Amino acid sequence: MNEVLLRTLTPEVLAVLVRRGADFAAAEDAVQEALIEAVRSWPDDPPRDPKGWLVTVAWRRFLDIARADAARRRREDVVEEEPQPGPASGVDDTLQLYFLCAHPSLTPSSAVALTLRAVGGLTTRQIAGAYLVPEASMAQRISRAKRTVSGVRFDQPGDVATVLRVLYLVFNEGYSGDVDLAAEAVRLTRQLAAAIDHPEVAGLLALMLLHNARRAARTAPDGSLVPLAEQDRSRWDTTAIAEGVEILQAALARDRLGEFQAQAAIAALHADAPTAAETDWVQIVEWYDELARLTDNPIVRLNRAVAVGEADGPRAGLAALAGLDESLPRHTAVAAWLHERDGDPATAARLYADAARKSPNLAERDHLTRQAARLNTRLHPGEA
Amino acid sequence: MAKYLLLKHYRGAKTPVNDVPMDKWTPEEVSAHMQYMWDFSAQLEKTGEWVDGQALAPTGMWVRYDGEDRPPVTDGPFAETKDLIAGWMIIDVDSEKRAIELAGELSAAPGAGGRPIHEWLEVRPFLTGPPTITE
Repeated sequence: MNEVLLRTLTPEVLAVLVRRGADFAAAEDAVQEALIEAVRSWPDDPPRDPKGWLVTVAWRRFLDIARADAARRRREDVVEEEPQPGPASGVDDTLQLYFLCAHPSLTPSSAVALTLRAVGGLTTRQIAGAYLVPEASMAQRISRAKRTVSGVRFDQPGDVATVLRVLYLVFNEGYSGDVDLAAEAVRLTRQLAAAIDHPEVAGLLALMLLHNARRAARTAPDGSLVPLAEQDRSRWDTTAIAEGVEILQAALARDRLGEFQAQAAIAALHADAPTAAETDWVQIVEWYDELARLTDNPIVRLNRAVAVGEADGPRAGLAALAGLDESLPRHTAVAAWLHERDGDPATAARLYADAARKSPNLAERDHLTRQAARLNTRLHPGEA
Repeated sequence: MAKYLLLKHYRGAKTPVNDVPMDKWTPEEVSAHMQYMWDFSAQLEKTGEWVDGQALAPTGMWVRYDGEDRPPVTDGPFAETKDLIAGWMIIDVDSEKRAIELAGELSAAPGAGGRPIHEWLEVRPFLTGPPTITE
């Protein structure tokens, strides 16, 4: 059985139930149970119409839950009749679900969890495993999120930007368990791009494809980070890069530039270089300038300093770095690298060690420690 | 999303405001303190922010490798000056601000006289995995 097909159907089936008048929280529970039932029974008895099967089973399950609820509350006035299916198309409904699950009233972690379950069709256990929290905690997070959005009208148009932020968070999540969150984010963004024609959705999809294409080359067999300049480019996924570039070009041609398109353009320029030395840093700096115009995120100016250091030399990079807040993540690491390029290994070694202490992530900390060790061994031979 | 470790100390932390050792409290005050801790973690379970929590015995020892074919060397019990951890709670929250808010709440657990201890807790972020998007 194709689990991805099953998960693709999840938001469509959920939307049918909601259109029929089921409340979102109960419908979502019913769909989860139908999915579990499908996983159990389809291998032996595959349905001819998978979506129809899921709708029937989920709706029956919803009625059971509603009746049990009603009995508990000693009320009998719940929906008993099976109403007509709603008029809207599956595509629009799926889009509404994205909006609902990324609703601005939700915290980022709640929006992520709800999106992965209600739109992504993942089980609570899978989501909990991916984020390394107990299943009970994740279940609570999801049910609270459902209560938070329970009053939101399903047909209200939402803001695509909030949906994109949620998908970006899923993609950027560093953990990898049984569920490949980056691949899941690509799938959900692809599905979103099919539901709505929006250049920034395309931009985010391109950005994800281009970064995902390099993922295998980013980690050495021992788990250590391989910097971009040292990656074996033959290990990059050229099919994903070609698709990402094509999607990006179509989006850029519409002349409605946004943050994700600009980030994707930078990723595309890296992907396009046959060797690190052939990277078009001048164009990358120009894209960082565009990006700085679109967002006031200081990380952009920090990354721009790296690009300036490559395009115009380390002195220019250090000049671009001056004036930026030193407490920015990776500021010290960037300074270390620019000082090393500027021929000052003693300062660089000190800054690398400092950057390692400040780094919030394990692989990066170890990488920076090795950089400091490499320079110190060269500066003080025989001491190690 | 970020995980934080909240560390409680038997000793070695900065002196709390309501600094009376637990064995000088009334039994009811001890029970009230325990109840506060249980309620606190139950509340975190409800918000979906709870990951783990454990209490540690104050006893224990140092252990180290002593070379091939030799048993590990042990050294204990701990000296009176050693920083001693009493237990931990691991939370998974949206921001550092939220972690600080929760630690503040935990530190308000009642002690002697039923007044908050204002105990100092150590709050430590977990190192994360690398982000997928790097530049």
